Amino acid sequence: MATGESIIRHDAVAKVTGRAEYTQDLYKSRMLVAKYLRSTIAHGRVTDIDVSAARSLPGVAAVFTFKDVPRQPFATAGHPMSLDSSHRDVADRRLLTGDIRFMGDEIAVVVAEDELIAGNALKQIRVTCTPFPVLIHPVDILDPNARQIHEGSANRVGEHGWRFGADIESAMDHADHVVEDSFETAMVQHCHLENHVVFAYMDDLDRIVIVTSTQIPHIVRRIVGEALDFPLSRIKVIKPYIGGGFGNKQDVIFEPMAAFLTLHLNGRPVAIHMTREEEMIGTRVRHPFHIRVKTGVMKDGTLAARDVDAIAVTGAYASHGHSVAAAGGGKIGCLYPHTPTRYHAQTLYANLPAAGAMRAYGSPQIMYALECATEDAARAITMDSVEFRLKNIVRQGDIDPLSQKTIHTCGLAECLIRGRDMIGWQSKKKKYAAYKTGPVRRGLGVACFSYASGTYPVCVEIASVRLSLNQDGTVHIMAGATEIGQGSDTVIAQMAAHTLGISHEHVRVIQAQDTDVTPFDTGAYASRQAYVSSNAVFRASVRLKEHILNHAARMTGMHSDLLDIEADHIVASDTRTPVLDLKTLALDTCYHKTRGGQLTAEISHKTTTSAPVFGCTFADIEVDIPLCKITLRQIVNVHDSGIILNPVQARGQVHGGVAMGIGATLSEEFLIDSGTGRVFNGNLLDYKFPTFMDTPPVDADFIETREPSSGYGNKALGEPPVISPPPAIRNALLDATGVPVNRLPITPEVLFKAFTTHGLIRPGRTGHV
Amino acid sequence: MFDIQSYMKAGSVDEAVALLAAHPNARLVAGGTDVLIRLRHGSRDFTRLVDIHGLAELRFISLDPLQNIRIGSGTVFTDLAQSDLILRHLPVLADAAGSVGGPQIRNMATIGGNICNGAPSADSAPALFALNALLELKSNRGFRQVPVADFYLGPSVVDLKPGEVLVSIIIPREAYQGYAGHYYKYAMRKAMDIATIGCAVSLKTSGNRLADYRIAYGVAGPTPLRCPSAEKTAVNQMISDTLVSKIAAAVEDDVSPRTSWRATREFRLHIISELARKVTRTALDRVRKE
Repeated sequence: MATGESIIRHDAVAKVTGRAEYTQDLYKSRMLVAKYLRSTIAHGRVTDIDVSAARSLPGVAAVFTFKDVPRQPFATAGHPMSLDSSHRDVADRRLLTGDIRFMGDEIAVVVAEDELIAGNALKQIRVTCTPFPVLIHPVDILDPNARQIHEGSANRVGEHGWRFGADIESAMDHADHVVEDSFETAMVQHCHLENHVVFAYMDDLDRIVIVTSTQIPHIVRRIVGEALDFPLSRIKVIKPYIGGGFGNKQDVIFEPMAAFLTLHLNGRPVAIHMTREEEMIGTRVRHPFHIRVKTGVMKDGTLAARDVDAIAVTGAYASHGHSVAAAGGGKIGCLYPHTPTRYHAQTLYANLPAAGAMRAYGSPQIMYALECATEDAARAITMDSVEFRLKNIVRQGDIDPLSQKTIHTCGLAECLIRGRDMIGWQSKKKKYAAYKTGPVRRGLGVACFSYASGTYPVCVEIASVRLSLNQDGTVHIMAGATEIGQGSDTVIAQMAAHTLGISHEHVRVIQAQDTDVTPFDTGAYASRQAYVSSNAVFRASVRLKEHILNHAARMTGMHSDLLDIEADHIVASDTRTPVLDLKTLALDTCYHKTRGGQLTAEISHKTTTSAPVFGCTFADIEVDIPLCKITLRQIVNVHDSGIILNPVQARGQVHGGVAMGIGATLSEEFLIDSGTGRVFNGNLLDYKFPTFMDTPPVDADFIETREPSSGYGNKALGEPPVISPPPAIRNALLDATGVPVNRLPITPEVLFKAFTTHGLIRPGRTGHV
Repeated sequence: MFDIQSYMKAGSVDEAVALLAAHPNARLVAGGTDVLIRLRHGSRDFTRLVDIHGLAELRFISLDPLQNIRIGSGTVFTDLAQSDLILRHLPVLADAAGSVGGPQIRNMATIGGNICNGAPSADSAPALFALNALLELKSNRGFRQVPVADFYLGPSVVDLKPGEVLVSIIIPREAYQGYAGHYYKYAMRKAMDIATIGCAVSLKTSGNRLADYRIAYGVAGPTPLRCPSAEKTAVNQMISDTLVSKIAAAVEDDVSPRTSWRATREFRLHIISELARKVTRTALDRVRKE
């Protein structure tokens, strides 16, 4: 039983001892560094650029401007390619630009012997620009007279809508109560530990090698080929250890430039690494959303109808385009399939940093608004928040009204009941009734979510593995699944060990990936890797086991049907007594002069399901009204992510996701000057993500359903824990104070304004009620 | 990558003084937690460095024969936060020291650097203001002493003259004996943060009255500051909730916070006032516990 055990992740020791080699640990001699010249205005056009002084500086190898790079635009989103050209990502980016679309846009690049020289050279470049009015707010962006940030776009990247269930307008008319409000989420950033870093060189006259911190090596290979019009097979992408991505590295941002530079510098190695300040504005962020939700509710607690209208802001470039708003809305049907619902969304360009993929891809925004609105509906009929949800949520066997697929596994009701017990809902509700007045108040909140285990049927879901029996009877796996810290290498080893009957210590997934030899997979995103890989690993492991038993049959003269593998031995399947040890067998496969051969099994499998996953957050908070501060007392997250392959890793995902959710709830946001488009706080002092000290006790638990579409019963878990903490905490604040705060983050200053508006504090008169 | 043009390691305070005299463009570096950040941002002011980090003669916490507490400028915040002498006699400073950055920063950053950096948000500054601390500076012209409140000339400008080294910080006996105090850092998170508002109170009671009361703030104006009108309101008054409210109202006349993208003036004023209440109450609780 290798799955279901809390084994130590296979890369743990290498990482904690500092031996694991990340991109920046790898070095090529004579490596140059490239630094971007970034715009100091948010919207404009370069009318003149003079790089002659920079070019002549000693130590400068080259300077390229937007005039020197390929003209054809390319799409950067790390999606699988769509064979349907109408579903392709928007190609709106060039390597460098003279059309400035956000403050920090990349106009030129200097390549020099070191960073200091490059930095000095950047200061020598003279740029003249024509500025245009900065477009930040949807009302300005959509003004018919507004300048088109991308010509021909009308400042819209995409728009769509759908509806399911009974007639919404009439259901609203017949509802006992209708609650309606607007919600806003902030532009936040992934803040993975390792910044974007890439270097490229040519190891032959016509081959480019790219070493990069990416979630999607095979897609990097394709997009670099597209951007440079260079044959894909002559591009090799190497992925070393990765220090986190959270979606920001599901985008091909700097690899095309690194490849372009080495190509133009005679194959000399060129590195691009972001400073943290550049990382924050110059990579990707989470789309801020403006969401209006109207909810009709009956006195008996039935959700009668829902109407959701969302505007997502993608910033200067499409990146993942409208997919984020589409994916976020697409999860509503799986959560409340019985409630007639209408959804409409549009995604707008703006003169802001480009938004792309970030953990849970639109769901944190949509589920936040939806679960705040659900709470408001429950309160409108004074029904208990948990009972209200239990009455309306999805159950196992329901049909997803959008995909029309049956939901085969759903433990959401059990999650809510378990979470309610874990937080002590009933007893605290009574106790906290005494904390609804005075300066320090307490409250409880709940929110739930649904998510998916991949992107099918929107995108292909392909996973590939190659298993080979080593000479010593151990197994190595080359997997297309990209380990970026989430633990996929470890659980893939557990899966194979489970099916093969080999101890997990004897199964190892090759960590570093190289697109020349690593089997094809589209990469780490959509919480898909363990789910889609399970189907490939299971099939490949069954096949390798057959090969092993067939060889054992040849060696022993016994029929392979009578043999099995257990604890690294060939055993008789009836008596379980060892017949042969795997090492002896492995040596025989390699060195016997006539029989057998190296035993391998390779499977590439397309999964045509995307099992919905579910979960909920319970929050217990204390609010200091005069100090405008929320203290989190306890957070409980309960997930239905199918069978849990590795409980300690799973809990780690939940703890990390909850911490990220807490940041989005209480403190994280890009503070933007609406006049200039400048991000005031693009650094880790002023952008406040929570520290260890700010994170309360987090209790994680799981309702283990067995998902039939997965090789090992498992479903997605990587992204989901981030989704429901924000609405749960907002709902707890409402419970504690009666004040609805319908925007994220709920910072002390936001609380100050809300408490002032609601008369809980009276500034200038030093006091509070 | 830092653009360091010259680096000289001083073996003693005298050597540091001599090096500064010989190299007028050089600047001191101790823990480096401010200087290296400026260098990383490309500052040209710190490319020539005289390093006084780790000098034993600057790292001490002691009682002198007159019962004044002397703190070496090179004392790191971890030492201050854990020192029995500081915890016993200057809890307001122990609170402040423990609120700086995180453990790694507190292991490197020095109290002298915190003051000489001149930031209005320096956590140690309000505590030292509330303790009437004196600074002792040395140059090749000799020693001089200056009250900490006079050392701050403006935003990020301090009265550190060319060639001077801040050697020690002196808390006079009469400024702390019989006093209780507290420092509270109001920030957006519980560690690794810059103060939105910092508030220090040092007070002495006599029966039911406040015999003495000092209150100081960080980030409530261009420099750390004391609140003379609030202090006047408090001294010799009967201790009561009403008095605490009066103090909380009076501090608003002493401060001049500004609106920035970090926080509005209205919000800062509200917090300044609430902190007067909170910090004074905690300091009074500490009196009662003794």
